[in-house]
Amino acid sequence: MNIDKVDKILKAYSMKDTHLVSILLDIQAEANFLPRETLPYVAKKLGVPLSRVCRFATFYKAFSLKPRGKHVIKVCLGTACHVRGAVNVLQRIERELGIRTGYTTRDFKFTLETVNCLGACALGPLVVIDNDYHGQMSPTKIPKMLKDY
Amino acid sequence: MKEQMRIADEKGLKELKNSILQERDPRKPCITICGGTGCHGYACEKVIAVVENEIERQNLKDRVNMRITGCHGFCERGPIVVIYPEKVFYQRVAVEDVPEILSQTIINGKIIERLLYTDPNTGVKCVHEDDVSFYNKQKRIIFGNNGKIDPTNIYDYIALDGYGALCKALFHMAPEQIIEEVKRSRLRGRGGGGFPTGKKWEITRASKEKIKYIICNCDEGDPGAYMDRSLMEGNPHSVLEGMAIGAYAIVAHEGYIYIRNEYPLAVKDVEIAIQQAEEQGLLGENILNSGFDFTIRVHKAAGAFVCGEETALISSIEGKLDGPRPRPPFPAQKGLWGKPTNINNVETWANVPVIIDKGADWFSKIGTEKSKGTKVFSVVGKVKNTGLVEVPMGITLREIVYDIGGGILNDKKFKAVQTGGPSGGCIPESLIDLPVDYERLTEVGSMMGSGGMIVMDENTCMVDIAKYFLSFLEDESCGKCVPCREGIEIMREILTKICKGEGEEQDIELLEEIAMTVKEASLCGLGQTASNPVLTSIKYFRDEYEEHIKNKRCPAGVCLDLIQYLIDAEKCNGCGACVRPCPSQAITGEKKKLHSLDQEKCIKCGVCYETCKFDAIIIY
Amino acid sequence: MITLAIDNHKVHVKEGTTILKALEKLGIKIPTLCHHEGLLPYSACRLCIVEIIKEKGNQIVAACSFPVEEGMKVLTHSDRILKRRRMIVEFLLARCPDVKAVRDLADKMRIKKSRFKPKNEDCILCGLCVRVCNDIAGIGAIGFVNRGKNLKVDTPFHLASDVCIGCGACSYVCPTGAIEMELDAVKRFRESLGSEHKCRYALMGLVSYKVCSNNYECWKCKVDQRIRDTLATHPIFAAKEIKTEKVKQYFSFLKRIKE
Repeated sequence: MNIDKVDKILKAYSMKDTHLVSILLDIQAEANFLPRETLPYVAKKLGVPLSRVCRFATFYKAFSLKPRGKHVIKVCLGTACHVRGAVNVLQRIERELGIRTGYTTRDFKFTLETVNCLGACALGPLVVIDNDYHGQMSPTKIPKMLKDY
Repeated sequence: MKEQMRIADEKGLKELKNSILQERDPRKPCITICGGTGCHGYACEKVIAVVENEIERQNLKDRVNMRITGCHGFCERGPIVVIYPEKVFYQRVAVEDVPEILSQTIINGKIIERLLYTDPNTGVKCVHEDDVSFYNKQKRIIFGNNGKIDPTNIYDYIALDGYGALCKALFHMAPEQIIEEVKRSRLRGRGGGGFPTGKKWEITRASKEKIKYIICNCDEGDPGAYMDRSLMEGNPHSVLEGMAIGAYAIVAHEGYIYIRNEYPLAVKDVEIAIQQAEEQGLLGENILNSGFDFTIRVHKAAGAFVCGEETALISSIEGKLDGPRPRPPFPAQKGLWGKPTNINNVETWANVPVIIDKGADWFSKIGTEKSKGTKVFSVVGKVKNTGLVEVPMGITLREIVYDIGGGILNDKKFKAVQTGGPSGGCIPESLIDLPVDYERLTEVGSMMGSGGMIVMDENTCMVDIAKYFLSFLEDESCGKCVPCREGIEIMREILTKICKGEGEEQDIELLEEIAMTVKEASLCGLGQTASNPVLTSIKYFRDEYEEHIKNKRCPAGVCLDLIQYLIDAEKCNGCGACVRPCPSQAITGEKKKLHSLDQEKCIKCGVCYETCKFDAIIIY
Repeated sequence: MITLAIDNHKVHVKEGTTILKALEKLGIKIPTLCHHEGLLPYSACRLCIVEIIKEKGNQIVAACSFPVEEGMKVLTHSDRILKRRRMIVEFLLARCPDVKAVRDLADKMRIKKSRFKPKNEDCILCGLCVRVCNDIAGIGAIGFVNRGKNLKVDTPFHLASDVCIGCGACSYVCPTGAIEMELDAVKRFRESLGSEHKCRYALMGLVSYKVCSNNYECWKCKVDQRIRDTLATHPIFAAKEIKTEKVKQYFSFLKRIKE
């Protein structure tokens, strides 16, 4: 990732280390994941130990240190969705794509993640792909949903 | 929109409100469309786009206004369109319906029957929002304005007397008076702890430290709960106003809103709201020329349930992540950067302007002896009317689930309600007439929590639910203290064993023993309440555990290793619809003849069960 | 001064004292694993839990961080506490079955074996090494990564640290021997330019000597010997005045908390 882009992000937050989370989120939004190489640079610029940046990058679920696919599939595993059968939906997606949760397909098309509630419970079971919400999913609807991408 | 200028004082605010109202003709129809995240799931943005186009195309700008609002609460029925001033209530509006709505309802004043909500009990079609039982059984003192406000337009909030309570506080009340009023109202923390808000403010104010902080906890981590999201998306100013009043009372000049990254629309709406409030002089330096400064900053969270715990939240803002931290000292004494910090939940803050405006006496008339006011619940799961409901404390679970919730989905049998999320417990049918308040819920082993209410039916396995919550907490535990880190994983492993049919006689007792250690010895609330789902499900559904352990059966038909999919010979007519979708080709048979299911090949994915239109697949 | 009763023995201590310190004054011993005099209380191992008698139901708290109150009644070995403590040791024994410190604790409590599945870790995640490196030395060469059951202590990306000053404080405070002073730091120092051969005590700020004249063989060094003889603890605690000041400040703050 371009150093200039990282500098721009750091500047936007006035180089303050209290904004570490937002800085890392913005870097991830730019690069589609959080590239390892950016972390020492961020640590140096903010004047904090690298171990602290690594702590943040590995503690929060939102950060992915591995490159992600073109489309990120998020399956909601909130209680309401669970009760409505989200587990079966997730398993179907895993079968269709041939990957386990947390991994990316070989062709880098899809990354499969789970989320602990997106707050759209009326639509459960819910699958979000990029910014598209696919509500009331069931195992039978999965192949068609994936075809659209 | 008027030109932006700082409001000079209280009088200036009143004048601004009047001029806004004067510009708005109350008789002119206004189409409001719900733009909350839930409705985005129904592609409401497409409906919005078509409405905009049609108004343009049919040249109706002079005849009708349009407003995109936040969440209305009746999420089951989105996209929702409410037409003012009569408040005609249209639900499940499709893009195709829009031209008709404009030509028929707006121009000709005709109601489109098929878009109306039909009351499931009476069969009557409800024309107006106030007729809809989902709404009229609620008491929406906090949430009610969501349908009237475009969160990106501060004038909508001001038109409804917004920031009037702040004026009252700044210019007509002393800080001690404000705290006294909040104390008298008996408002308790809506994030789950239920600590008396006024008392917390008092402790924070009492410190002699010059620097103090205010924090709004919008980390809403309970899965299935989204009240705070909708409040923040739909009416962010109510929270900002509450925080400003609190800051004035406590004498804090900086505030933080800690908000989940998973709520991008809420983040956007609150940032816009802060910017507009600052432009109008309602936030920032020298608010309304009162001499009082208060700035609010948004701080994003990044996916950690434990950061909803106040000391962990603080350590996250500090950039240290060494929390949760032992208490005492409590944040009110020593919080953010070692300074006295008052943290309250979103809903708690939203209650403050209402209390200051209408008074503690009015507020404390609502609710029960020890739990005053209303509570917003997210009623979700196996319920017909999924959505957000605001009810007075003391209403019974039955009223929430049946009268407002409309009863169980597909008319199945009610089994339990889970309140309080992973920190709460399940409440069985025998307790369905329980009045909902802090004390009663705790007495039966659960807790109020942030307000998530998951409704469960006969096909929900309570052992599976306990396992689900423990898996959630296992993933979310910060790992700092031994009981939580080790104990939750061990409990979850035992439950996994039980759900696989490998449970042993002594497992229930062992679970109880581990649960008590985790409950009593953990460092923070996450661990201390982690055992609640297990303990309550054992207490009320022990027989289900025993079925799993002794007879290796899952009565609810959920635990995959304990169920079989079978074809009902009496119902199968050989249509073959289930054959193709089966991912492992486990079903075979001749056309119009009884089909057979090979158990060896069956992976129990449930597709055949879903596909069969004759109920010929049964889960045994 | 505050008067409180611990196991029915009265004791008088200054305001702001923790229950653990009050216990020490009385000579009552309870197990601790994540506690160190020179560091802020962490309250993570939960072995030091005690029971405070209260009307509406006794409260269980960690003695290492809970401040005393006038008239408090504390039980350190009640049935309930012993039960919980035993299970915590069982948890630790399952996690680290071969760690001597844990085995010793188990032996003392007569726990033969744990009922839970062994994990064969050697680190108990007490955080002492991380805390001394970050808060006292101010270096942060090591830290926690991940969370929950995946929590562990590591250098960034598990690579040899280029900021470690080789002070050895981490292995000094470690109760299990799971962490040892990074020899890579020594190697790094030896390979540095002539003018940068700082003695590790200079790096710690304890002495103003600049150059190490012992090829970093600290065990042969007279300075090292002298410092260890005069101090009863690891030099890092004396070195960073500012950091130990923080510890002092914390306890004086506890004094000022009122009900």
